[in-house]
Amino acid sequence: MSPSSGPSHFINPYRVLAKGLVLFIIINLAVAIVIPPYGRLSAYNILFLGRERFPYAGEAPEKVYNLTVTNLDAMFSSHVISLPKSRDEYRVVLLGDSSIWGASLRPEDTLAGQLNTANLVTCQNRKIRVYNLGYPRNSITKDVLILNRAMQEQPDLFIWMTTLGSLTPDRRLDHPIVLSNLSSVDELSREYNLSFATSEVSLVNFSFWDRTIVGNRRALMDWVRLQLYGVLWAATGIDQVYRTITAVNPLPELKADISFLDWQPPRFDPNLLSLDVLEAGMKVAGSTPVILVNEPILIITGQKNSNVRYDMSYPRWVYDQYRQVMDEESGKNNWQYVDLWDLVPSTEFWGDTDLHLTPAGEARFAERLIPYIQSASCP
Amino acid sequence: MTLPYILIFTAVALFLGLVTRNRWRVYFLMGVSALAVFIMQPILPIRGLDFWLATATLALTVLSWIITAPPGVQRERSNLIAFGILLGIVVFVDLSRYLGIEEFIMATLPPRIGTLLVFLAVLVVVFWGAVFVKRVSPAFLLILSTVLLIGIFIVLKVPAFAMAVSGAIRSMLGRPVGRDYAADFRWLGFSYIAFRLLHTIRDRQTGRLPAVSLAEYVTYVIFFPSLTAGPIDRVERFIQDLRKPFVLGAEELTVAGKRLVIGLFKKFVLADSLALIALNGVNAFQIRTPGWMWVILYAYAFQIYLDFGGYTDIAIGMGHLMGIKLPENFIAPYLKPNLTQFWNNWHMTLTQWFRAYFFNPVTRSLRSAKRRLPIPAIILVTQLGTMLLIGLWHGVTWNFIMWGLWHGVGLFLQNRWSEFIRPRLAGLENRKWLNSSLTVLSTIFTFQYVALGWVWFALPDLTSSVYVFLKLFGFA
Repeated sequence: MSPSSGPSHFINPYRVLAKGLVLFIIINLAVAIVIPPYGRLSAYNILFLGRERFPYAGEAPEKVYNLTVTNLDAMFSSHVISLPKSRDEYRVVLLGDSSIWGASLRPEDTLAGQLNTANLVTCQNRKIRVYNLGYPRNSITKDVLILNRAMQEQPDLFIWMTTLGSLTPDRRLDHPIVLSNLSSVDELSREYNLSFATSEVSLVNFSFWDRTIVGNRRALMDWVRLQLYGVLWAATGIDQVYRTITAVNPLPELKADISFLDWQPPRFDPNLLSLDVLEAGMKVAGSTPVILVNEPILIITGQKNSNVRYDMSYPRWVYDQYRQVMDEESGKNNWQYVDLWDLVPSTEFWGDTDLHLTPAGEARFAERLIPYIQSASCP
Repeated sequence: MTLPYILIFTAVALFLGLVTRNRWRVYFLMGVSALAVFIMQPILPIRGLDFWLATATLALTVLSWIITAPPGVQRERSNLIAFGILLGIVVFVDLSRYLGIEEFIMATLPPRIGTLLVFLAVLVVVFWGAVFVKRVSPAFLLILSTVLLIGIFIVLKVPAFAMAVSGAIRSMLGRPVGRDYAADFRWLGFSYIAFRLLHTIRDRQTGRLPAVSLAEYVTYVIFFPSLTAGPIDRVERFIQDLRKPFVLGAEELTVAGKRLVIGLFKKFVLADSLALIALNGVNAFQIRTPGWMWVILYAYAFQIYLDFGGYTDIAIGMGHLMGIKLPENFIAPYLKPNLTQFWNNWHMTLTQWFRAYFFNPVTRSLRSAKRRLPIPAIILVTQLGTMLLIGLWHGVTWNFIMWGLWHGVGLFLQNRWSEFIRPRLAGLENRKWLNSSLTVLSTIFTFQYVALGWVWFALPDLTSSVYVFLKLFGFA
């Protein structure tokens, strides 16, 4: 600790500075050229348990031991799905939005948690392990990016929860994960001939400078914090603020408004839906079976405007046509499609918003999916 | 000190080291340090209090110098120049509100010049009063100033007192009362400033204080690198560096650069990272297993060391740039084989202060008392008393008291154990392997004891501390 002094320890500070500067520049240039996949490095699943769902912090990270990262490798390497797959495991991957990720729910209360609690086995006696790869805010492109990366984790079955909001044109690119992984989007679009209206969103273009350590310092620091928060995640099992979820009450008052985006009733052009991206996702899955599920919505009945709207998000005319399009498209492409839109009609199963289910609602959803999983696992 | 402040002050220190020479050096160091008191003073809920606390720091320092300086030196030219510079800085900071540059100096708007002039007039009367009383009864004035400083210290450290004073000021200013809280009085660096002032006052009482000019005295007390987190230097050592001719050369630059880089890395990379997972009042109740509780306790132990040690390195590095070799405060404390050595290497300058002004005098007094206590009792009383005071220095709460007692008891037990074991190990000096093993075991045991002590220090109340102890040993 004590500072060294005297001629024998003398170091020319200007030479040290110059050497340091040169090294700093060389390392930064090297990092910008090579772009090391630092996201793959992780203390999760080695020093401590991986997360049950992707890192995401809607609230103060320091309170929930979690933070939002959009580097796909970092997201996956912090997740339990990165653990090696055992021989007797049948790996089911759930894709979807915040309702699958489980806003306000403990990991065991989410759809994946409820399915795992059922201790399902295949007819070959393989243990069915369900992984929650949902991520808040719906975007079909975001789902495809996650599905694409999930293929490296040897999935046996995908259950892909979608809804109309995931397929609208405004959600093709407008999602943090999509905008942070544009090179992957670019690869997908070239491989599956997708076209993205890139001018409509503010794209994050990574310059050479952005790829250096200095330019990328925020993402690097997020990666470091993600590792550190892993300690407290493993120690506490907390990854968000767990509130007591009660049934949505009072129900939101439906307005007479029947507009949806800039679409005009009575019919919208089906080409406006991102079915091309959905189809690309199916192709990415290849031989891995995919069950496409139209996820449940809260159907508000008995109100003055219930005849024109189902909920706060969807007017009836647009949602009905969306279901019809999905049904036709699935039939045409031979996709396994399950429409569970009205599975949970009662308001008591809906949480503090009209978007998320209570643990009891998730249980009901899980119960309904189990036969499909068993059927897919025992061809 | 935040990172931007550190970088700015490092640049300032480098500049001062390069350009200041001879007798003007001390005035520059004093001036920059005085300005730093205003710049670094955190914003406070009571409007304008940040300015007044910074001004009070300077006023108390000047007052202490008047009290401790040899008679008749106040009117010396060098001291009048120093006084003029300090006055100029206070007025400049206040005038910054009219010049539109106040945001570069203070977080809030300084008071109107009229208010400041009234305050300065009162201050001049106080200074004259001090000079007068000093002529009549210097001993009384030294005692009075000691009581005043300790009184302010107690008010700041006892939350109930701090709140009462906050409430009084709020009602005086016509601000809503009831929203007062202890944090209204975050007086930048007062814990360190008070101890430097008390050191000079006490040394003046015992006749050991060397003659120092006002500029030297003020620079010593508020030297900006050590203002917020120490170390607590001794004035006679500090002025030696200050009076030495200094030219910033490559060697000093190397030492300074090394300490600064190490300090920044310790504080802003290691300590701040560990802070994310270190034990605190919230996660204490969230941890599920004893194993993880140990992990976050160790994280706290290293976080506090790296945080504090990092700041010390930064202060020492900055000091070197200006030719001031501040004393070490931490020398590998967690690698010491017993608690006494730990305390000789942890926050050393604070420990040395208490040793000089409490432990040694009390020990001498007890040993020379008519009804002498047995030696173990004297050791127990002095160790407990010293550590209790060190605990209270951090804050007047039950947890700091428990932390002090924990170490006081630990030091006493270690002392007794050493007395017991030393003759029994006397014949084993040549068995190197055995001695090395014992040292390793002792080091681990000492670290473990210190780490457990942090449970009191890190948590806000006894309930959570007791819960953590139970959890650590699998009883909760």
